[in-house]
Amino acid sequence: MGASEEPVLEARQVTKRFPGVVALDGVSFAVLPGEVHALVGENGAGKSTLIKVFTGVYRPDGGELRYQGERVAFGTPLEAQRSGISTIYQEVNLVPMMSVARNLLLGREPRNRLGVIDATRMYAEAEALLAGYGVRTDVRRPLRTLGMGAQQMVALARAISVDARVVIMDEPTSSLEPREVETLFGVIRRLRDDGIAVVYVSHRLDELYQVCDRVTVLRDGRLAHTGPMAGLDRLRLISLMLGRALDEVRTSGATRFSRDHDAEATGAPVMEARSLTSRHVLRDVSVSVRPGEVVGLGGLLGAGRSETAKAILGALPLDSGVVLVAGLPLRRGSTTTAIRAGVSLLPEDRKAEGIIPNLSVRENIVLASLSRLARGGVVSDARVDEVVDAFIRKLRIKASSPHQKVSELSGGNQQKVLLARWLAVRPKVLLLDEPTRGIDVGAKAEVQALIDELADEGLGVLLISSDLEELAEGSDRIIVLREGAVVAELSGADVTEQGIMTSIAHHSPTSGPLAVEPVTRADHSSKAESHD
Amino acid sequence: MTDTTTAAPATRVDRTRLFAWLQEYGVYAAVLTLLVLNVLFTPRFLDVANFRTQLVQVTPIVIVSLGMALVIGTQGIDLSVGSVMALSAAMVVLYLGYGVLPALIVALVAGAAVGAAGGSLVAYVGVQPIVATLALLVGVRGLANVLVPQLMEFRNPDLIALGSSSVAGVPIIVVIAAALTLLMAFLVRRTTFGRQVVAIGGNRTASELSGLPVKRVLMTVYMISGALAALAGVLATARLQASDPTSLGLFIELSAITAVVVGGTPLAGGRIRVLSTVMGALLMQLLSATLIKHNLPQSWTQMVQAVIILTAVYVTRERGPR
Repeated sequence: MGASEEPVLEARQVTKRFPGVVALDGVSFAVLPGEVHALVGENGAGKSTLIKVFTGVYRPDGGELRYQGERVAFGTPLEAQRSGISTIYQEVNLVPMMSVARNLLLGREPRNRLGVIDATRMYAEAEALLAGYGVRTDVRRPLRTLGMGAQQMVALARAISVDARVVIMDEPTSSLEPREVETLFGVIRRLRDDGIAVVYVSHRLDELYQVCDRVTVLRDGRLAHTGPMAGLDRLRLISLMLGRALDEVRTSGATRFSRDHDAEATGAPVMEARSLTSRHVLRDVSVSVRPGEVVGLGGLLGAGRSETAKAILGALPLDSGVVLVAGLPLRRGSTTTAIRAGVSLLPEDRKAEGIIPNLSVRENIVLASLSRLARGGVVSDARVDEVVDAFIRKLRIKASSPHQKVSELSGGNQQKVLLARWLAVRPKVLLLDEPTRGIDVGAKAEVQALIDELADEGLGVLLISSDLEELAEGSDRIIVLREGAVVAELSGADVTEQGIMTSIAHHSPTSGPLAVEPVTRADHSSKAESHD
Repeated sequence: MTDTTTAAPATRVDRTRLFAWLQEYGVYAAVLTLLVLNVLFTPRFLDVANFRTQLVQVTPIVIVSLGMALVIGTQGIDLSVGSVMALSAAMVVLYLGYGVLPALIVALVAGAAVGAAGGSLVAYVGVQPIVATLALLVGVRGLANVLVPQLMEFRNPDLIALGSSSVAGVPIIVVIAAALTLLMAFLVRRTTFGRQVVAIGGNRTASELSGLPVKRVLMTVYMISGALAALAGVLATARLQASDPTSLGLFIELSAITAVVVGGTPLAGGRIRVLSTVMGALLMQLLSATLIKHNLPQSWTQMVQAVIILTAVYVTRERGPR
């Protein structure tokens, strides 16, 4: 594949800080011409920051950027693009209402002598360009009438046709059909053979092994590993991403959980989700939670954990599947009914999906239980105060007063406010999506202890966490997801960090009927996984 | 990742506090200042008749802007209010034969129906509020003109009385506007519905995930705005003693938006200031009255109003990014 030794694009000891966090901490990364280089890492690892440094969106605070052997500093994304670094984002950013041809040649349309766009030539050029990528379509049609895969191809063709030396792809396959993925891989291989460097960001391990030559793993803003893809064991790759050296996985201690995993929660499940399916997102996911039980959802980023939680709440459109709470099916797609039935979701993105920033702590707490605290539509101040005071005390929320704006609180206290919001509706099942992310150590321990306490009081808890230690120590049972499907269910003594990583690594969706498994009860996964 | 306190923290904090104060009490201060200046420099300003005229003139704007504040609180806007006034003016004279009350009810229902149309476009179809209500602005005015093609006078003594009589020296329509203001303040502050409206404007995704009936609330907000505009239309008609769908309520949406903005309600939603909105309407009215009394041309008023609007928006914006 003709990879020379001189990197075409290189970051040396790059550091990037944001207020309160170091997004990149002395990261070095180099991509050679004619190689496909995988860039992987969990949430907050620094992948997107690194990409944005390469593409001129951010300026690094330290270190240097080298492109084609020279030190560079891109002031704007346009500058980076002009010098030959093209980026294809997860979501296609083209102009949906304009024709395919206009999109392809936007900004460099062929013009006639009068300086007017030469439509005939434009269409011909566009058609030829697309045909090169195996896409045959009427280039006069507006872009949005094309399928997602074809749109992605247009974006790719556009990115490459601007004489790119480096193409960065950020999760290009997240909305593609298997057939389209194959076409994309074909194009990527051709790029490689033409000596173009490809940086490939994806969470789908199978794809990495299929198409990438080398891999760089980032973790918490630092370089965790860089090396050839071939020969890198899956389990090792996962442990690099999740930051757990296999031999030093501790058994317990650092978290505040005190669950004994042998406690066999018996009785009927309080919440049962059956065969949740949503195109591109979830495939036949079944989860059940019994009262007093903490069920963990494990898996890498993009495995469908948050989506499963949203689907249970009715906030994710489903193609099929049913959710039962206390034995009764919920109406699909209605969060109101789900909440009334006793399902609560603490969302992953506190800022965008959780708090109402301009409202007070008090109003944020009672938001979901307003109707219960009102008589004839008029909110009872006395009852609200009672509930708010009780939760501020119980959860030890630190605010100057209940009337303080919630946006002025620390992350940990905001999280507690949201927990209070959900506890105030007296739920039967609590879905917790990354309940301790981005909060300080003290608050983290408090939240963990609280989860324990709530489960002991008989609440069913579904816990999503990227912190393996938290997941293993906090859960009674763990369901491991991969690419939107359940691949394993761990219980009893298998609820360990090691167990989770092994299941993520060894259940390959491509391997047809599931082979040997350490812990199995993955009845519903095999038929769904003929995909790919 | 918001770094607002970058350079010169000391002056920055002072400015932030000043702006916060201005956003909170600026309208009240401005109204008070204008009143004092008028008392000192405008002859016969303290005349009761003068006060009455000013209040009666501003009443339709106040009533319309109450609904507008609610809509703006949800990050929306309602451009159809002027046309709804025209429609209700047409409706009320057409049904006046059945008595004032039935005619009034028909007019209010018509206004709420227009609001429901706009609200359902916004909430269920997902049309942007400005587009949905712009369509209604055009279409409903047309409908009103079809119903009553030209100025139509009426002689119903009850309706005339509604527009011109007073209770204890205060015109009935002013009393109605005041009562509605209090009712709206109560609705926003104390009811489930009001808190839901504010929450939806503050963070729609979070509200949806919290199980709030987001679509129903949005729909209701536009219906309330429509009904209030219809009431303003009936009251204005009663005062005119004639139904004039061709010109009644023209451009009132702009006055109402001005009142809301000057009152310090951010267009980004999530906050509704009812009393300040009324103050905003009063401020604009008082301003133009003052300038007219001092024989300054209308064009001056417009330019001063522009300055006030920009100031209000600037002050609100400064508090925006948190």
